[in-house]
Amino acid sequence: MPFDWTAFWPQLAEAAKQTTSMVSFSLLFSALLGIPIGVILVVTRDGHILANRFVFTVLNSIINILRSIPFIILLVAIIPFTRLVVGTSIGTAAAIVPLVAYAAPYIGRLIENSLLEVDKGVIEAAQAMGATPWQIIWRFLIPEALSSLVLALTIATIGLIGASAMAGAVGGGGLGDLAITYGYQQFKTEIMLVTVALLVLFVQVLQTFGNILSKKIRRR
Amino acid sequence: MIVLENIRKIYGSGTEQVEALKSITLNVKKGEIYGVVGFSGAGKSSLIRCVNLLEKPASGKVLINGVDIQALKPSELRQQRKKIGMIFQQFNLLSSKTVFGNVAMPLMLDRRPGEEIKKKVHELLTFVGLEDKAGHYPEQLSGGQKQRVGIARALATNPSILLCDEATSALDPETTSSVLALLKKIRADYGITILMITHEMNVIRDICDRVAVLDDGRIVEEESVLNLFSNPKTDIAKNFVRTVLNDEIPVSIQSLINEQNQFHRIYRIVFKGEATSQPLLSTIAKKFRVDVNVLHGTITELQGVPFGNLVVDFTGTAEEVERAIFYIHQQQVWIKEVLPNAV
Ligand SMILES: Nc1ncnc2c1ncn2[C@@H]1O[C@H](COP(=O)(O)OP(=O)(O)OP(=O)(O)O)[C@@H](O)[C@H]1O
Ligand SMILES: [Mg+2]
Repeated sequence: MPFDWTAFWPQLAEAAKQTTSMVSFSLLFSALLGIPIGVILVVTRDGHILANRFVFTVLNSIINILRSIPFIILLVAIIPFTRLVVGTSIGTAAAIVPLVAYAAPYIGRLIENSLLEVDKGVIEAAQAMGATPWQIIWRFLIPEALSSLVLALTIATIGLIGASAMAGAVGGGGLGDLAITYGYQQFKTEIMLVTVALLVLFVQVLQTFGNILSKKIRRR
Repeated sequence: MIVLENIRKIYGSGTEQVEALKSITLNVKKGEIYGVVGFSGAGKSSLIRCVNLLEKPASGKVLINGVDIQALKPSELRQQRKKIGMIFQQFNLLSSKTVFGNVAMPLMLDRRPGEEIKKKVHELLTFVGLEDKAGHYPEQLSGGQKQRVGIARALATNPSILLCDEATSALDPETTSSVLALLKKIRADYGITILMITHEMNVIRDICDRVAVLDDGRIVEEESVLNLFSNPKTDIAKNFVRTVLNDEIPVSIQSLINEQNQFHRIYRIVFKGEATSQPLLSTIAKKFRVDVNVLHGTITELQGVPFGNLVVDFTGTAEEVERAIFYIHQQQVWIKEVLPNAV
C-alpha cells in the first residue's frame, strides 16, 4: 500500500515541535538545578573556597546514585512523583519530569568538570584581592569557565534529545514516539528514516551552534 | 609593618605530614624591600602565603600594621587583604577579561563608581606603561606585559604592602630587570613595603634592602643585602652569593697562587661602598714600592652601592707589601691573603 505523505508532514511537524518543547523545558529546569549542583560540587571540595566535606560527600553520592540508574528504569520508577507534580504521567509535560531527573545530575557533573579546569591561581588571586565566595563564583569561576560551560550544555542538550525520544515512546509524543509507533511497530521504514534524519539534523545544528558560541566566548 | 612570629606550617597529616615552615620569625619594616631566598621546596611560597592567610599557619602570629590578622572575622580579613597586593609567578590574570577588566576587577569587587574605576585604571596602566593595551586580552601580551598588568591590578586598591611570589621567575633576564625597576619605582613613588620571595639571587642583589635565607623551613641567615654579599656566613648563603658573584678563583690563576713566595703574594680584597670610589690600587702602586696586578674579580652594584671582590697579586719586598696591606686595612677595606690550596 502506498504511503500517504501529505498526511504525514503535519504529523512530523507536530512531533518536531513536541521534541523541541520537551528538550527546551527539560534543559531549562535541569540547567537551573544542575549549574548550582556543579558549582557546589566544586566550591565545597577540600581546599576550595567553601570547603565542606559533609555537603560535598552527600551531594556527590546522590549524583552518583542518580547517574547510575538507567534512564529507561528512571522513566518508570519516577511515575508516582510525576503524577504528584504534573497531575498525569502521560504527555509532553509529564515527560519533562524524568528528563530533568536524568539531565540535572548529568549537567551537574559536566559543569563541575568545566569549573575544575579553571586555573587555581586565578582563584587564589581572587582570594588575595579580598573577593567574597559569591564574587569568586560569579566574577571569576563562571566567566573563566564560560566557553567550556557552553560546550558542556551543548553536550547535555544532545543527550536530552536522545532521552526525549525514549520518554516520548512511553507517552510523551515527539519524534521518538513517531519513529517507534509508525516506523518500528508498523514497519514503515521510510518514516523511521525521515524521523531519524531530522534528529540527526537537530544534533548537527546544535553542536555546530554550541561550538561557534563557545569559540566566540573564548576569543572575546 | 609585617611581623611573623614563630610561624609553623604543616601540610598533610599522619605519616605524610610535611613541616614546611619551622618557626619562622621575621620583621619587615615600612617602605623596605625584603627578600626571602631559598631553593625549591625550602618553604618560600608557604611563607609568603601565610602573610595574607592564603595558607593558615599551624601556630604563630601574623601581624600586619600591628593587627593580628588571624583574629579577624572573614569580612575583616577580606578588608585587610585589599590593603595587601599580591603578584604571582604565573601572573594569574583572568583570561576572559581584557587588561582593563583585569585591573578594574579589585575596584569592581569594591563596587566603586564606573567613572572612578575608569580614571584609576587609566592612571595605573599609564604607571606601568601599558596605557595602549587596555583593550587587549592577556593571551595577546608578553610575559613582562602580563606581570605589569598583575602589578597594576595589585596596586588598584592602594595597598600598603605588596607580596611578590617569584614575580620574575617566568621572565627572561631583560624583562626581569624592567619589572624590578618598576617595583623600585613603586616603592619610591608610593612608599609601599615589598616582601618578595625568589630563588634568583640577582633579584635580591638588584632591589632588596634586606634578605633572609630560607632552608628547609628555617631562616638560616638574615642580613642587609650588602652584608650578606660581602660576608655570607652559612654555606647555603655562600652558594647563593656565588650564583651572582663568582668569587671562585679560576684554575689558570691557581698555579700562580701555588707559586707565590715572599716577594709575590696574592690577596683577596673586598670593597664596599665608598671605598670603591678611591683609586686604592693606583695609590698603593705610587705610595709603596710594590707592583699591583689584578688577577681576577668582579665589581657590581648592590642597592646603588658599588661592591667589588678582587684577587690581586702584590709583588715587592716583604716589608713594602706589609706596609701596603696595613694601609689598605686603614681604608676600611676587607683584605685577606689567599693561601695555596685554601680556596
Ligand atoms: N598543598 C601542599 N600539600 C602538601 N605539601 C605541600 C603543599 N604545598 C607545599 N608543600 C610542601 O611544603 C614544602 C615547601 O613548599 P613551598 O611550595 O613552600 O616551597 P617553595 O620554596 O615555594 O618551592 P618552589 O621554589 O619549588 O616553589 C615542600 O616540601 C612541599 O612539598
Ligand atoms: Mg614556590
